[in-house]
Amino acid sequence: MFQSVGVAWLYLRVGAMNELQYRANFAVALFQSLLALVVALVVLRLVYSHTAELNGWSEPELLCVLGIQILLGGVISAAIQPNMVRLLDEIRDGKLDFALMKPYDSQLLVSVREIRIWQTVDIIAGVIVLGVAVGRLHARVGLGEWLAFVALVVLGALMIYCFWLILATGAFWIVRMDFVAELFEGVYQTGRWPISIYPDWLRYTLTFLVPIAFAITVPAEALTSRLQLGSVLASVGFAVLLVAFSRWFWRTGLRHYSGASA
Amino acid sequence: MTLSNPPMREESRVRSMTDFYLTMMRTAIQTQFQYRAATYMYLAGMVAEPVIYLVVWTTIARSQGGQVAGITTGGFAAYYIVWTLVRNMNITFTPYGWEWRIREGMLSGQLLRPLHPIHYDIAEFAGGKVIWVLLYLPIALGLTLVFRPTFNVTPLDVAVFFVAIWGAYLIRTMSLWLLGMVTIWTTRGSAIFQTYMMAELLLSGRLVPLQLMPTWAQSLADWLPFKWTFFFPIEVLVGHLSAASLVVGIGMQTLWTGIGAGLVWLFWRASVKHYSAVGN
Repeated sequence: MFQSVGVAWLYLRVGAMNELQYRANFAVALFQSLLALVVALVVLRLVYSHTAELNGWSEPELLCVLGIQILLGGVISAAIQPNMVRLLDEIRDGKLDFALMKPYDSQLLVSVREIRIWQTVDIIAGVIVLGVAVGRLHARVGLGEWLAFVALVVLGALMIYCFWLILATGAFWIVRMDFVAELFEGVYQTGRWPISIYPDWLRYTLTFLVPIAFAITVPAEALTSRLQLGSVLASVGFAVLLVAFSRWFWRTGLRHYSGASA
Repeated sequence: MTLSNPPMREESRVRSMTDFYLTMMRTAIQTQFQYRAATYMYLAGMVAEPVIYLVVWTTIARSQGGQVAGITTGGFAAYYIVWTLVRNMNITFTPYGWEWRIREGMLSGQLLRPLHPIHYDIAEFAGGKVIWVLLYLPIALGLTLVFRPTFNVTPLDVAVFFVAIWGAYLIRTMSLWLLGMVTIWTTRGSAIFQTYMMAELLLSGRLVPLQLMPTWAQSLADWLPFKWTFFFPIEVLVGHLSAASLVVGIGMQTLWTGIGAGLVWLFWRASVKHYSAVGN
């Protein structure tokens, strides 16, 4: 167990050092993140120039949702998606053999090989937006609510990771999966708005098929005094389910893998 | 034996260009059709964007008693369902594609061909659209059943729409070609591309129907090419435009395509001189 953590840490360090060579990419990532933020704020302003509240959510409350969405988006693009995209490519090219031959848990290895440290500017941007938003909320956010929020965001990130792993594992059966990243990014944008505004069919999809509701809306509820015990329990339960399922699915997929290398 | 090409007559030139375009498009259609499952997934990801906008604005319209800035819930549904159709038509060779084709040495090969490379891009993406649009139709039908759009179209609107989507395609192809050629001069063009994409997103009607924007932004959009690639074709099919606006719109599209083509021609001549081959 400790050894595995050590290996994961080593991989992350090497990955980070690799990225540090390309410092100009920091400016690129920063600029990209700024533009995305400007667009998001313009949309928010447009919406609230035509209405006072969106389905019961005020502007600062929606800014909270936006902050969490950006923050979690940063985690995804820094640590989750690069690993999963590499996994997809390697399954197709047969290069996964190299990872499988190492004497450590294969799921752990494929999940820690890439880290895009410059993408962490999104995490910082998300935290700043969140800070501004919380400052503008009417109700004060207590310590308990902050703790619940942090725990729920961590659970949310875990669920997104499991979801991505399930998608990537699909590549053991379906070879051409390069559309997955685009599909995921498209769907992830739904998280910018509270889940309650979507029609039923979409709301269920975004809760149980793609765990966007648990990852973004539920943590936002913790900060805006909307959180109910039921949501917390559902969140924990669903996370456990996803972890177990993605683990089982990964192992089944591996048995299906025959290597495609020359 | 000497080989010399007889000077080609204008008529046969037109015929061979038409033949070239048809062949390229046919090949692109067949290629795209092979990967229809993957294309479908791309479409599904693409549909997420307008569906989100649609849901948000429908929610607001409902809370305001049925409409925002004169657009009803059915109007929003119509706008964003046609949106994806127009978005598909707007897909063309991107500046990131340019980076790739220079890095891989593809451009060097393309320079050896007898036609200007832009023809290959235009024809290839035009062919792909046939498949994308066909695949989108069932999705559009599904969205229509769920969101109940209200259309107010005449046969004239439909006819103009058919012309306008190709006008939009040409304007956007010229713009992105201009941006793409920046990669011949610098490897760090992404800041320019992203700024362009943001301006386009906000001022083209891609984000929201332009009526929802502040007045100054609408006036700004009038002076830029963006709205003729999104807002105009969408509005044509949604059916809000008078005959005069249709004529003006097609005229503006022609104007911007002309300006774009002229700039591409100029910039291409300079860029090709500057270009040095990379690749294997």
